[in-house]
Amino acid sequence: MRRALESGVVRYKRMESFDAMTFGDIARKPLTFLTMAVAALTFTAAPQAVFAQDQAVTAPVEAAVEAAPADAAAPAAAEAAPAFEHYGPEMIKGQPTPGGIGFQDQYTADGSYALWMHDAILLPIIVVICLFVLGLLLWVIARYNRRANTVPSKTSHNTLIEIIWTVIPVLILVVIAVPSITLISRQYKSPPENAITIKANGYQWYWGYEYVDNGGFEVISNMMPEEEAKAAGEPSHLAVDKRMVVPVGVPIRLQTFGADVIHSFGIPSLWFKIDAVPGRINERVLTIQEPGIYYGQCMELCGARHGYMPIAIEARPLDEFNAWVMTQPGGTTPELKAAAAAAEAAAADSEAADAAAPTA
Amino acid sequence: MATTADTFQAHGDEHHHDADHKPGFFARWFMSTNHKDIGTLYLIFSIVAGIVGGGISGIMRAELAEPGLQVLGHVVNFLGGDGASFDQQGHMWNVLITAHGLIMVFFMVMPAMIGGFGNWFVPLMIGAPDMAFPRMNNVSFWLTVAGFCSLVFSMFVPGGTGHGAGTGWTVYAPLSTSGSVGPAVDFAIFSLHLAGAGSILGATNFITTIFNMRAPGMTLHKMPLFVWSVLVTAFLLLLALPVLAAAITMLITDRNFGTTFFDPAGGGDPILYQHLFWFFGHPEVYIMILPGFGMISQIIATFSRKPVFGYLGMAYAMVAIGVVGFIVWAHHMYTVGLDVNTKMYFTAATMVIAVPTGIKIFSWIATMWGGSIQFKSPMVWAMGFIFLFTVGGVTGVVLANGGVDDNLHDTYYVVAHFHYVLSLGAVTSMFAGFYYWFPKMSGKMHSEFLSHVQFWIFFVGVNMIFFPMHFLGLQGMARRYPDFTAAYAEWNHVASVGYAITLVSVGVFFINLIYAFVAGKKAPANYWGEGATTLEWSLSSPPPYHQFETLPVIEDHHSADDHISAKPATV
Repeated sequence: MRRALESGVVRYKRMESFDAMTFGDIARKPLTFLTMAVAALTFTAAPQAVFAQDQAVTAPVEAAVEAAPADAAAPAAAEAAPAFEHYGPEMIKGQPTPGGIGFQDQYTADGSYALWMHDAILLPIIVVICLFVLGLLLWVIARYNRRANTVPSKTSHNTLIEIIWTVIPVLILVVIAVPSITLISRQYKSPPENAITIKANGYQWYWGYEYVDNGGFEVISNMMPEEEAKAAGEPSHLAVDKRMVVPVGVPIRLQTFGADVIHSFGIPSLWFKIDAVPGRINERVLTIQEPGIYYGQCMELCGARHGYMPIAIEARPLDEFNAWVMTQPGGTTPELKAAAAAAEAAAADSEAADAAAPTA
Repeated sequence: MATTADTFQAHGDEHHHDADHKPGFFARWFMSTNHKDIGTLYLIFSIVAGIVGGGISGIMRAELAEPGLQVLGHVVNFLGGDGASFDQQGHMWNVLITAHGLIMVFFMVMPAMIGGFGNWFVPLMIGAPDMAFPRMNNVSFWLTVAGFCSLVFSMFVPGGTGHGAGTGWTVYAPLSTSGSVGPAVDFAIFSLHLAGAGSILGATNFITTIFNMRAPGMTLHKMPLFVWSVLVTAFLLLLALPVLAAAITMLITDRNFGTTFFDPAGGGDPILYQHLFWFFGHPEVYIMILPGFGMISQIIATFSRKPVFGYLGMAYAMVAIGVVGFIVWAHHMYTVGLDVNTKMYFTAATMVIAVPTGIKIFSWIATMWGGSIQFKSPMVWAMGFIFLFTVGGVTGVVLANGGVDDNLHDTYYVVAHFHYVLSLGAVTSMFAGFYYWFPKMSGKMHSEFLSHVQFWIFFVGVNMIFFPMHFLGLQGMARRYPDFTAAYAEWNHVASVGYAITLVSVGVFFINLIYAFVAGKKAPANYWGEGATTLEWSLSSPPPYHQFETLPVIEDHHSADDHISAKPATV
């Protein structure tokens, strides 16, 4: 597993640089570079006193990315950062119910709309159609069997009824199409300015969550062994060692990327599924409405352990999310970044002032 | 042995000297140019492939009967791998689902529907002595057999994490290229090449036969609907399969010759493969069901003793399904990251297919309406088909909605949907057709009682397997998983019990076959009575080795939609 993990990372890095070039995610590359440059500059130029507390946190990004899988720098960072407790099993919201026969409860606005569309429009329509056809069949069996009707009619046409059974299905489809198209347009809304970008990288066979706006560190998430999951009170095959922590109520610009083969990032209780494809970045906005734990799985056949790379999202209020970010190696928040930038500017100003002083 | 030319010469001559002169065993069955013998070969082949593919589903249902891995290790050991290896077990699962899909699609349903029933009954129904290209017909069959052998062989050579091709029947790149080292995937792809080539040859044969070899007076609008269905199917095959051939050839070159059609590292795109595959793959599902539609139309009309209701609407509904079937492919790819307009278009286009399909369902019911229905075994299967296909069809309307499909894509809901239309739709129609025509083909009557028993056991069994899969899918259970969390255990267990019940029904089927050959009564020419009006009923059961040496003439004093009334052939 360790070997697979490392080779996965190596392959991922190769693809990453490439995909940025090919698939025109042009904005991302300078942005990443800028983030790195700002962090590095901050680290070297800013007065040590101001950032003493956060020193471990603002370590250069590339080091953080290397360190994340190896998990070496994490303990040091955790000590320096504010305390953070992961949710226990009582916060599990998105998971299958034993013997359940419907969709999981939905925790996004689009999910609720889609659930409504299925339960209030699609399901009644298809049930009625099936019962209608079944009823017709039973009627025909009862009324037109050879004993009840010895002489068959010779009718083989009826233009009116043929028009009716063409037009009525069309009308039913229109009734379905209106909310359906609405749903698609809702799902494709562009992310707002304040959206937090998180990138889910699919590897054979685990997920890596890259916090692009929070310092670019990557959390590697493996399935929890069955006994551990049981001990933790979590469902087996769905529990993971490190959850994907996300803010609740804040739009997340969730991007997916396949590092080796195609994976798919699917969370049933959030009505969210988007493939993680090598060579392209897929993107969709996800706004979770309630704090909690939401389980998902890889939904595209990706090899031997396709069934063993679950997803567990832990949605936390923004301040708790930020606190969690600070426990991660290289983790930072936009506010801290802004502060750092301001401090850097101030430092540059004072340097300029220092430089100007002797001549005065 | 009469060649095609001989047969045509026989047209002018009133003697039937060599109508039943059969060649020796090897020449007859291995070098066959007789459409009925080739049809029989296809049916036998399809049953063998069905046993293999169905056996594989048995392994899968056994594994899924409860959480955890219980069975796969034994399968790996049996096939010479290391059964203790977790990765080899997972890989074996993927090999099984791949083999199950490919075998059922390419080596069970297609050979039975098109190769078997199509070969047997298209020439009989249009009053032709044989297919247009009898020797090519033979090539089609043996290419299919060779394809099957290549697929089976692939299970015994390395394919990445273990032996065999574990890519799914869709063979998505890059799992099938950089993700599967070893020759297994090459053999699986080669198997598709062979089967595809066989099908393309078969399709050209059917198109030529139907356009050129109809008996005098048999206009296109008088052809039985089964012939229409095979004609539409043949066009779908002819247009779709070359695209598959191109896609999998590119896979081969990506795998072996350093091209990068589907590899982003060289400017390719994995999604391109999916577009090409599904441009073939979606028509493919209609290829599998359209001949079934045709058979159901014949059967319903026969046992209702009524002509098919809305013949022209029925024929052109199939044409419409075929045409629209080519422009809906990306509904298999809703989650790959399609553009919003693309997704809306494919949602709308996909829903359109429900209209001609609805026309067919309602026309079948209208055919029965006012009829004098006799519940012989084919009719019972056909009515079961109508209901099961409706259930499968309406879940298709749910899945057509791109926004809703986001949560259902690649879940068991999809598995339930396509098994309702194929396993319960196409296979049910195949059993209907089989019981309809088996005495015609073999000359022996099957047991009506056993056929009815088989139907009811089958009906209960398959619904028990596949209906709970809707629930599993709605709850979010992913496809192609060998193992699952405890919450999914109940319905999976029900499904596995359903498999055991279905297995019993298959056992009844074979008992019925044995009964027919051992103790079956001799079948008369038209054993279904006055409702059966197409040309094959004017011939003896089984038909002579060469039929219609004098072409039948279709009389023209009925309206086009009445059943064809023909002078019986004088053979």
